[in-house]
Amino acid sequence: MARIEFTPNLRRHIASPPAEVPGATVRQALDAVFAGNPRLRAYLLDEHGRLRKHVTVFINGKAIADRVGLTDALTAEDEVIVFQALSGG
Amino acid sequence: MPSRLLLATRKGLFLCPEGAEGWRLGRPAFLGEPVSAVLADPRDGMLYAALRHGHFGPKLHRSADGGESWTEIATPALPATPDVEKAPAVDMIWTLAAGGAEEPGVIWAGTLPAALFRSADRGVSWSLVQSLWEVPERAEWFGGGYDQPGLHSVLVDPRDPRRLAVAISCGGVWTSGDGGASWQLGGTGLRAEYMPPDRADDRAIQDPHLIAHCAAAPDVIWCQHHNGIFRSIDRGAHFTAVEAPAPSRFGFAVAAHPREKDTAWFVPAVKDECRVPVEGRLVVTRTRDGGRSLEVLSAGLPADSYDLIYRHALAVDGTGRRLVMGSTTGNLWASENGGENWRLLAGHLPPIAAVAFAPG
Repeated sequence: MARIEFTPNLRRHIASPPAEVPGATVRQALDAVFAGNPRLRAYLLDEHGRLRKHVTVFINGKAIADRVGLTDALTAEDEVIVFQALSGG
Repeated sequence: MPSRLLLATRKGLFLCPEGAEGWRLGRPAFLGEPVSAVLADPRDGMLYAALRHGHFGPKLHRSADGGESWTEIATPALPATPDVEKAPAVDMIWTLAAGGAEEPGVIWAGTLPAALFRSADRGVSWSLVQSLWEVPERAEWFGGGYDQPGLHSVLVDPRDPRRLAVAISCGGVWTSGDGGASWQLGGTGLRAEYMPPDRADDRAIQDPHLIAHCAAAPDVIWCQHHNGIFRSIDRGAHFTAVEAPAPSRFGFAVAAHPREKDTAWFVPAVKDECRVPVEGRLVVTRTRDGGRSLEVLSAGLPADSYDLIYRHALAVDGTGRRLVMGSTTGNLWASENGGENWRLLAGHLPPIAAVAFAPG
């Protein structure tokens, strides 16, 4: 199972502990997380399931390519980190 | 009766109770988060706060205990389209409005991009008002200030909550007589100088910065438009220009007197790109004769100011005597006498998006 962790900046809005989740794609891994934490979905994805503009996902340190379909492949050894992009003020 | 001020700011929501010493600012709820809209529902006392997280999207929270605690509730969402890459998504909740007295729990939300949503259960769930989303004229709408068009004004007729008026920048004034089942494009008489001359009268691309009605005579709607001040006496179908010779006819905010249909307040600014007080003098203008004349009120307001008052950042209470306004530079003023005199309440707040009065 891939390991997924989330930016600490999410914690002041919603609990988002690291998790070990099944899934062959980023979408499947996130859906597995959302199954136990449904409110988290709208913080990371818009209503069409796309990654929010200022959220980024890295697999083993590399930003994913498909921010709309979240089809980037995962293996059980992968480490996924969900970050927020630098923005705001 | 004591009241409270609600301040939606770039860095949180201030709930300011009124005490013997005046308004108390206190610490904001949602510290650090941009608050884009706030509603105190007069029917049941519920408070609603719309957040626009920089990273994590728009969110809506509700409080049943006067702001002591908040619960995140559903956020309006736009429908899927065949091309997911191009599907519009809600970016910001720009305004919230309570439904009529006889329909408790009904809440309206206007969003960016321009859409109207209705909740019948105090925000537990939301429905897009498809009839407005599907008007053919939507293809003509465009952004004013923001990249996308936005719906910022929702007026519910106190006599009949099925009678609605909404305003869109830049998409004109729309009215419904059947609770939003169907819509009519109003706004005859509005004039868009930012368009080619032969389209200046096109009602579908007007930029009404805000509309406000007189609660006691809601057929009277005031409009601070991008190109001037306008008044309607038929609930938005037709408007007549109000001559505003000085200091400017440009501005964002308008507040309508709750009982006197001929009285309204505006905050003029240098138009278009500049958007600062004319010659640095922050003033409020007031008409008490239905727009035939405007008085310039400046007592207590600065003469060396860069303050801009956003469209939702001027409010009048139910008496029509007490006003409050907040600026993009974090200054907050109040008047206790219909705008004749103003007093600075705070000078170091975050940029203020919206102000409202609520029962204490």
